[in-house]
Amino acid sequence: MKRPGRRRFLAGATGALALAALPESVLAQAAIDPVIQGVVRGAPVKRGRVKLDLPELADNGNSVPVKVTVESPMTAADHVRAIHFLSERNPERNVATFQFGARAGRAEIVTRVRLAGSQRVVALAELSDGSFWMDAAEIVVTLSACIDES
Amino acid sequence: MTRSPAIGAAALALALGAAVLPSGAAAQARPIPPDQVRSGVTFLAPDQRALQQDAFGNPGLLWVERGERLWREPAGAGGKSCANCHGDGAASMKGVAARYPVFDTKAGRLFNLEGRINECRTAHQGATPFPYESEALLSLTAYVAHQSRGMPLAVAIDGPARKHFESGEKLYTQRRGQLNLSCAQCHTDNWGRKLGPEPISQGHPNAYPLYRLEWQTLGSLQRRFRSCLSGIRAEMLPYGSPEYLDLELYVAWRAAGLEIETPGVRR
Amino acid sequence: MAARIQIPAAAKRGEVIEVRILIQHPMETGYRVDHVGKPVPKNAIRTLTCRYNGVEILRAAMSPGIAANPYLQFCTVAEASGELEFSWTDDAGTQESARQPIVVSG
Repeated sequence: MKRPGRRRFLAGATGALALAALPESVLAQAAIDPVIQGVVRGAPVKRGRVKLDLPELADNGNSVPVKVTVESPMTAADHVRAIHFLSERNPERNVATFQFGARAGRAEIVTRVRLAGSQRVVALAELSDGSFWMDAAEIVVTLSACIDES
Repeated sequence: MTRSPAIGAAALALALGAAVLPSGAAAQARPIPPDQVRSGVTFLAPDQRALQQDAFGNPGLLWVERGERLWREPAGAGGKSCANCHGDGAASMKGVAARYPVFDTKAGRLFNLEGRINECRTAHQGATPFPYESEALLSLTAYVAHQSRGMPLAVAIDGPARKHFESGEKLYTQRRGQLNLSCAQCHTDNWGRKLGPEPISQGHPNAYPLYRLEWQTLGSLQRRFRSCLSGIRAEMLPYGSPEYLDLELYVAWRAAGLEIETPGVRR
Repeated sequence: MAARIQIPAAAKRGEVIEVRILIQHPMETGYRVDHVGKPVPKNAIRTLTCRYNGVEILRAAMSPGIAANPYLQFCTVAEASGELEFSWTDDAGTQESARQPIVVSG
């Protein structure tokens, strides 16, 4: 997955050469937005309440520890319904979705993911009132899962 | 190679805080001095080191648990399990992996753990041997080696083991493959330097069988040998080859004093 | 397939406890080839559920983006003694489960 290739594609697709001058993080967000939209379907997404813990550098993309915590009282009236973990680059962009109920006590999930290269990842929380909150992180992956065959 | 007197070398080893080396080994100079010998775990990135040290989440522990179940499972014509002869593995297997590979004078040959497990299966259980890299053999080897976790490697290279040690040493220091490299050139001469983005370790066997992220499963030391041979474009000998056994003895001696970490986690 | 489950040895009613599970599963991406060059088909755990005394407390939709030999850690409120039951299904249609008793006082 070549970064220059994406710039050229986006620039060509919109016919705006000015896109090529945009910083990488903006392009990364642009690339992951459709994945977010696939989940929220037009509903507004607010930044905050979600904390995505991910290393800044992963030497090996085959196993990257990740923790997502969401501020929530976790009562029957007000709780986190689901946490979605989304990837900008993985072959399957919707890496995982974890559904909870009010009995969870704490809206938290810890797992290990595969990351197919350096990219932006997003943790999206769906609350019981239907609102969406997110946190995003950039990670540099030295050895990509799926792509780098040793 | 000059050889210091056995007593002098042992005293030096004690002074340096290293484990007392078994007889025969004290007279042989180690290619990496004892005070510089480091386990592969010290070359890992923090996340991978944390994975190995996770007492619950180390993926290799799945195989150790499976091995514990297999230990108690009846097998073969006699319907005997390992436990029938060896009792509780946690007690009877403590310290065993630390002295393997070992020359068995009764059988008249060198055994690694895999070979010993299969010898027990055929000779005492009337069962078929497990192939290398099978779930069963990996699990049992991991279970047995895990019982020596924290204990220092201490193999014997004297007496009938001597010729195997010398053969292993020759294999280790001989250039081979299209890249014309010997094990020693990377792991003795250039450990700590980078090969691509990855640091070169000293190539010690103290964490085997281990979970390699590249394999995404547990694998044996011989699987690792074969990977290295493939990497230098050399012929990969079949699993169980006598050359691998000699090499296992040599690298175990070379790592003397390092604690067993099975199941290790590596990249 | 083996699985390891860890919960506190004893919990008090109403306490939020951590539940950890480690499952032996290759979570095949479909991008690997075997030693003779043949592609290894994609096969990952897709759905996983955890029931606490029959009530679902976690439902996970997974992909090969979850690392091999999946590890999950989440929370639940300790309510009554009984059992945690995990079940999961992969792309090949294999269904497996693992159970862990839970002891809750008070």
